[in-house]
Amino acid sequence: MLELDKINAGYGGAQILRDVSLSVAPGEIVCLLGRNGAGKTTTMKAIMGLVPLMSGAVRLNGADLSSLPAHKVPGHGVGYIPQGRRLFSELTVAQNLEIGLMVRKSGADVLNGVLDLFPRLRERLDQRAQTLSGGEQQMLATARALCIEPSYLLLDEPTEGLQPSMIEAIRQVIVVMRDRGVGILLVEQRIDAVLSVADRVAFIENGHNLETLDADVLRKDHSVIERHLGV
Amino acid sequence: MSDRQKTVLLHGGLLALLLGLQFVLPAYHHGNLARIMVLAVYAMGYNIMFGYTGLLSLGHALFFAAGMYGMGMSVQLLGATPAPAMIGGLIAGAVVAAALGALALRTADVAFMIVTLMFAQAGYLAVLYFGSVTRGDEGFVIQQAQRMMMGIDLSDATNRYFAAFILFALCLIAVLWLVQSPFGKVLVAIRENEERARMLGYDVFRHKLIAVILSGTMSAAAGAAYGLLFGYVGATFASVQYSIFPLLWVLLGGAGTALGPFIGTLFMFYLIDLSSNVTSAYMLIAGVALVVLTLFAPQGLIGEVRSRIWRWLP
Repeated sequence: MLELDKINAGYGGAQILRDVSLSVAPGEIVCLLGRNGAGKTTTMKAIMGLVPLMSGAVRLNGADLSSLPAHKVPGHGVGYIPQGRRLFSELTVAQNLEIGLMVRKSGADVLNGVLDLFPRLRERLDQRAQTLSGGEQQMLATARALCIEPSYLLLDEPTEGLQPSMIEAIRQVIVVMRDRGVGILLVEQRIDAVLSVADRVAFIENGHNLETLDADVLRKDHSVIERHLGV
Repeated sequence: MSDRQKTVLLHGGLLALLLGLQFVLPAYHHGNLARIMVLAVYAMGYNIMFGYTGLLSLGHALFFAAGMYGMGMSVQLLGATPAPAMIGGLIAGAVVAAALGALALRTADVAFMIVTLMFAQAGYLAVLYFGSVTRGDEGFVIQQAQRMMMGIDLSDATNRYFAAFILFALCLIAVLWLVQSPFGKVLVAIRENEERARMLGYDVFRHKLIAVILSGTMSAAAGAAYGLLFGYVGATFASVQYSIFPLLWVLLGGAGTALGPFIGTLFMFYLIDLSSNVTSAYMLIAGVALVVLTLFAPQGLIGEVRSRIWRWLP
């Protein structure tokens, strides 16, 4: 279980998150929904230790993650794919994946498992990352995060700016990971994309989290979404 | 042929060529090449930080001079023979690099450049300030008798060439090994995207600090060897000019390539040498050549070869 217990966090003097609590169980997809600037990305960064906590705690299976330096967090099995992909653009697809594999000294079996999820990458192993299309870059960023065999995966708008077939491919992978028991925290702007995969949805506004609902409730009753996100 | 075999063949071929040239080159070029090989070691050291890790230092003369004075002071004050004096130079370089790295790596980008530049200037001024020991600007000569290493006279042209060659070969092999190792790959990942490397779970500061120490130690090896082989230790080698040289050589040859530093040093050395034969305005010719190269080969000579023909070049 990945738990956020009343975390307060921000940048310098500016506090962004106020008493945010949230939990993700293994084999569950939790979506963070909120307007721009609500604190979704900051929540993810706080989990990864990239934004210092003012108070509260982030716990993974009971162990305190928030006391670790940022580079130690992925080694505990938390993979993070930030918005905007961020590859090692001069390196080839294979080299990008190798850097991911080295984190936990994983072998060829892990690489093969990851490439089975993304057959397109297998065809492009020797290609430089910067020459991939947007969708393929997102696949590579996701694949590289999977190379550390995460038990929890944080995805920040993975389908932003992609064509529908790519969005579907990414969605499939998310579902496969969920079925393998990986807990997934997803930030997504598109409500239809959220409702098609989410198990639970957490609303966040001005750094406070509001209610967390089962996705089934939202599928039946759209009025909640309109109340929190309505324009 | 695998990429690995090609790499071994090409770099082994260069080393064989350099070894063979020893027997055919006229004295003048023979001496030049020995000098170029030592300076190329300096450039290779610089390249570990700049080319592979993405850290632009403007203060590498500090490391070169640390090696040179570490060696020279050991000879001058302790009466050390060349081998221990060389080790003294290496230790001085490693210690200075560790200290500078621990402080300067708290900054990044332009601030990092300024901090390294300032430390190097402080080093230069320290050499002048302690002139009673270092002989400051004037420097001091390492006498022929002090350059006898286990019965081998390092002031002899042939021995000097061999010594320079051995140092160059060791450092080239070390760099090739480094960049193929997991550690070297993480350095490249940090160069490409530091934040991302951290989020994947790498301790970026530790990797960068080790890169600075390796880079500084290799630069110090070049400085110590330069003083030992050419018999002179002086403050000029700690000046800002000597911080700019390796940057220039690496940029010309190709940053982030194993051969680039050597090719860049060779090219720059002979560019100035040949153009000064033609005219007293040789800096003009050198300047124009640099502008042309920057325009048409922005990745440096070996960098262009890599991006156009041999993609496997390390």
